[in-house]
Amino acid sequence: MRITVDTERCMGSGMCVLTAEEVFDQREDDGKVVVLRPEPPAGDRDAVREAVGLCPAGAITLSAGDRT
Amino acid sequence: MGEAPHTITTLPTERPPGRPFDPPPELVEARRHGPISAYTFPGGKQGWLVTGFDLVRQVLADQRFSSRKELMLHPTVDYGDFVVPPAPPGEFLLMDEPRHGRYRRPLTARFTVRRMRLLTERIEQVTAEHLDAMAKAGPPADLVTAFAKPIPAVMICELLGVPYEERGSFQENVDKFMDGETNDEDLMAAYTSTQEYLAGLVAAKRANPTDDVLSELTESDLDDEELRGIALILLAAGIDTTANMLSLGTFALLRHPEQLAALRGDPALADRAVEELLRYLSVAKTFMRTALEDVEVGGQLIRAGSPVIASYHTANRDPDRFTDPHGLDLARQEGGHLAFGHGIHQCLGQQLARVEMRVAFPALLGRFPTLRLAVDPEEVDLRPETADIYGVKRLPVTWDA
Ligand code: HEM
Ligand code: SF4
Repeated sequence: MRITVDTERCMGSGMCVLTAEEVFDQREDDGKVVVLRPEPPAGDRDAVREAVGLCPAGAITLSAGDRT
Repeated sequence: MGEAPHTITTLPTERPPGRPFDPPPELVEARRHGPISAYTFPGGKQGWLVTGFDLVRQVLADQRFSSRKELMLHPTVDYGDFVVPPAPPGEFLLMDEPRHGRYRRPLTARFTVRRMRLLTERIEQVTAEHLDAMAKAGPPADLVTAFAKPIPAVMICELLGVPYEERGSFQENVDKFMDGETNDEDLMAAYTSTQEYLAGLVAAKRANPTDDVLSELTESDLDDEELRGIALILLAAGIDTTANMLSLGTFALLRHPEQLAALRGDPALADRAVEELLRYLSVAKTFMRTALEDVEVGGQLIRAGSPVIASYHTANRDPDRFTDPHGLDLARQEGGHLAFGHGIHQCLGQQLARVEMRVAFPALLGRFPTLRLAVDPEEVDLRPETADIYGVKRLPVTWDA
């Protein structure tokens, strides 16, 4: 699984951080999303999928990663 | 396109008797017919009522549906040819891009998950102070004035930089905007005096910046009128909503003793419990949008200019989205609800509200193990459906001293 975010669309809601704390954070200066782990470990993937669904701005997309 | 939609002729004004936490039955019934219904606005304009979870989400995510104040039509009152002016500078809740972003963007970094969590300790302290005062003065107590209102009010005032001594009169005025029962004349007076107060506050921050959001914003390119508008919506949105979640939430817990016992027994349940209370109560019930172009939604063609009522509380009870939607289940695993909205207007203060509730509910239950209603549940005074935010006016409670 590989995570891409669109920081143009992101409106800094923090839903992703709330849902998958190990994977997402928000930038200090503008509150927009930062991906801490673009290829999240298996244990975090369900939470990441949930975050994609919750994101109010549709700013997170998933694709198959190197190790899927 | 599509089949003839279910049609609603009037919007309900009452909740079902004895079920103060449920949306009016007419709305639940409308959802049963389908996620979108036709609704004729007073004055004859054809509009829509959206009650299904997926469709509400779709409308809120689609910027072809505008939040602009000047396009809005009151859902139950015909104001005739009265022309609604655009939202004043700073009041971005009722604006579209790019105006909306100009005001929201500089605030985003100040309401992140991390920043709000840093307030946990302060919230614990403020909560403990109010619980101490309540214990000293009672039993009984009115939970609204002793607990639910002051905690969020102290927090948002501290964040913004409203001096503690000035909070009282300010809060009284905000109450008048929000209770749904104040007459127009008093409403105008409350609005004017709030505006005057905020103008003074902004001037004071410019002259003597302190460590708060409003002072920080004086360093941006926003002018005084814009800052006043931002302060107004932050205070209005931050004081009343969380207060009603805390008081109505306590009422709901007291009416579901097995759920209350579960939360008391396992404070780690608090995070989930707060999300479920948000869903179940959906105190911010309804918001309006206006179609800027023709848009197809759920098989119906919404014409440009048509008003759309999005019913968040009905959507949060959608049986296609939640199992047993009318049940309060604090351990519910299905995440995601619309209590804070969706899309670009999704609540700016949601992470603050979450931390406040995650601290305050367990603290209240822990402090008063025998907490109970001091009146019959039927006698609890509820806000009318005309109020923008639902809630209880007073919640008389008692406990074994
Ligand atoms: C549990 C408490 C709260 C609830 C249920 C709630 C609910 C909501 C909802 C549903 C919206 C979206 C409105 C729409 O779709 O047009 C919203 C927007 C907003 N809320 Fe909250 N809110 C709460 C607490 C707060 C707090 C504590 C603040 C203080 C900072 C706040 C500030 C705002 C602001 C500024 C907006 C406008 C956002 C925009 O238009 O971009 N809210 N809130
Ligand atoms: S959930 Fe979406 S909008 Fe919110 S911070 Fe994460 S990426 Fe940004």
